[in-house]
Amino acid sequence: MKILVFIKQVPDTINVRIDPKTGNLDRTGLKGVINPFDNNALEAALKIKEETGATITVVSMGPPQTEESLRIALAMGCDEAVILCAKELGGADTLATGYTLASAVKKIEDYDLLLFGRHAVDADTGQCGPIVAEFLNLPQITFATSIKVEENHVICERDFDDCIQKVKVKLPAVVTVCAEINEPRYPSPLGIMKAMKKPLITWTHEDMGCDTERIGKNGSPSIVREIFEPEHTQKDTIMFSGETDEIAKSIVDLLEQQHLI
Amino acid sequence: MDKSLYKGIWIFAEQKEGILNGTPLELLAKAIELKKINGDEITALLLGNHVEPLADTLISYGADQVIVIDHPVLKEYKTIPYTEATVKMIKKYKPSIFLFGATTIGRDLAPRIMARLGTGLTADCLDLKLEKDGTLVQTKPSYGGNIMCTITIPDHRPQMSTVRPKVFTAIQAEPGRTGKIVLENIDVTEDESTQVLSVSPKETNGEPIDKAEIIVAGGRGIKAKEELALLEELAKLIGGRVAVSRPLVDEKWMTHEDQIGQSGNTVKARFILNIGISGAVQYIVGMQNSDCIVTINKNPAADIFHISSYGAVADYSELLPAIITEIKKRK
Ligand SMILES: Cc1cc2nc3c(=O)[nH]c(=O)nc-3n(C[C@H](O)[C@H](O)[C@H](O)COP(=O)(O)OP(=O)(O)OC[C@H]3O[C@@H](n4cnc5c(N)ncnc54)[C@H](O)[C@@H]3O)c2cc1C
Ligand SMILES: Nc1ncnc2c1ncn2[C@@H]1O[C@H](COP(=O)(O)O)[C@@H](O)[C@H]1O
Repeated sequence: MKILVFIKQVPDTINVRIDPKTGNLDRTGLKGVINPFDNNALEAALKIKEETGATITVVSMGPPQTEESLRIALAMGCDEAVILCAKELGGADTLATGYTLASAVKKIEDYDLLLFGRHAVDADTGQCGPIVAEFLNLPQITFATSIKVEENHVICERDFDDCIQKVKVKLPAVVTVCAEINEPRYPSPLGIMKAMKKPLITWTHEDMGCDTERIGKNGSPSIVREIFEPEHTQKDTIMFSGETDEIAKSIVDLLEQQHLI
Repeated sequence: MDKSLYKGIWIFAEQKEGILNGTPLELLAKAIELKKINGDEITALLLGNHVEPLADTLISYGADQVIVIDHPVLKEYKTIPYTEATVKMIKKYKPSIFLFGATTIGRDLAPRIMARLGTGLTADCLDLKLEKDGTLVQTKPSYGGNIMCTITIPDHRPQMSTVRPKVFTAIQAEPGRTGKIVLENIDVTEDESTQVLSVSPKETNGEPIDKAEIIVAGGRGIKAKEELALLEELAKLIGGRVAVSRPLVDEKWMTHEDQIGQSGNTVKARFILNIGISGAVQYIVGMQNSDCIVTINKNPAADIFHISSYGAVADYSELLPAIITEIKKRK
């Protein structure tokens, strides 16, 4: 059994601001961490590894510093890591990212289960999993809240808005996971030491034989026209004041006015 | 790609077990606004089995045309057959815009279709505007709502979006409105690789919060789990239900089903009372479209007051019992 886990490095806080001078995101002092939901994907893979002896390859597309996140994934217990890194891959939207990740999978050749986070907290899209599934012609289960591997199937419960759907799909398959699925572990000191010796390979678009029209900015149909900080419409708030009893009376008056009592 | 071949605004008429699932009517309301710019027809794509009766509803809410694919394979939602059927229709009719609800189904299906067509898809849109030349300008949050982006798909069609539920309001239905219903007889291949084993309702504390009209919401200001009983009591007295901000879900005092916000549920209540909630953007995006917003917080500088219609600077552990006593006195 071979599992591929896809992780993205994201800023360690989502409390980001726009630099008023450049109009771009102010990234000063932002450290990169593994996208929180991808830690759940890693944990899910590691649990399956403990049960079945599967091997885990962790894959990330990103700038060279993404290696730090891949080392952490190795320290958590993954077996090998691949970083997809080249200038030409930059500026990709989800379609171009999905194409690049799918190209990596084709090069890896041997795989049974592809795990993704439900979404990346920077761009908030959650599209890469289904896109990769489409390019590889695989079945998918999105928003999984539990996962079990059984011979050549994977069975998940998934968040289905007001319901829980239990689905069984044939392997190989793509699964994207929610935070509810597990509590991710932290790397142990021993794990960190071992990680230094585990393979971490770099592939460029050329290594994967990518079509240059389908990667990076070239391969991205979507264009970001503008970024801005949201304005919250300031309401003229009516404040109730006085002693507790007076405030309570005012609020109950309001409840009456709203026909709630 | 010759963009001029692509015309029309499409919405995906999501249904579950023969019931339209909230968002289609909201999407139609937005489509009506977009139509005002270039006069493009609005089409609802309805997939399922024995779902034809829903077509009239979609027309009464603004669809000019409903394309129905009624097929036993589409009875239950499965990604691959739904992708196949939708892509066939897109290739045949060539819409310029295609809107989906950002529900589980929409978020599962739309990226798959977009990849098969090689076009763009903007996730979780909060606003959509149409420019005269047919460009759809999509506003979406990123970094958990701390940053907004406007995104366009200049050279590819259709321009696809998933739209966050509860952001747009359905129009009043116009019964008897006429429109075209097109039944498409196509082959849809069963997906043998996927088996739906069961569908069960989630355990909730009463009605689903996204349908609740009256909400009493508690946050990290609530000191102990037992204190939620005060909120429950008040909710009962005013016919509402209790909801929470994320920290109380992290504490496991309530479940994810009860959580308001970006990573929880979007609510659009007639009346919502926020208690001990500071008003982080990730909370506010989940409830700011409610009508009457009332806040109780002991910190006068809490951000939540900015979006509230009414507020009181007070300690809830004193104020809530006083409110409950006062209501009982008046009943
Ligand atoms: C990716 C991401 C997604 C997120 N999604 C969500 C989401 O969906 N929903 C969500 O809610 N949060 C979400 N958050 C978390 C969010 O950023 C805030 O941390 C959270 O909303 C804060 O909750 P709170 O207002 O209850 O707590 P706090 O910010 O701690 O506020 C507590 C408030 O209670 C008041 N208070 C304290 N004691 C009393 C008292 N006795 N009487 C009256 N008032 C009192 C305080 O003055 C304070 O204003 C998300 C964060 C991230 C990073
Ligand atoms: N650059 C990337 N490299 C590897 N995996 C990624 C990358 N971007 C996204 N993913 C995976 O796709 C999931 C969804 O991301 P997104 O579609 O960007 O919200 C993430 O949780 C990751 O598992």
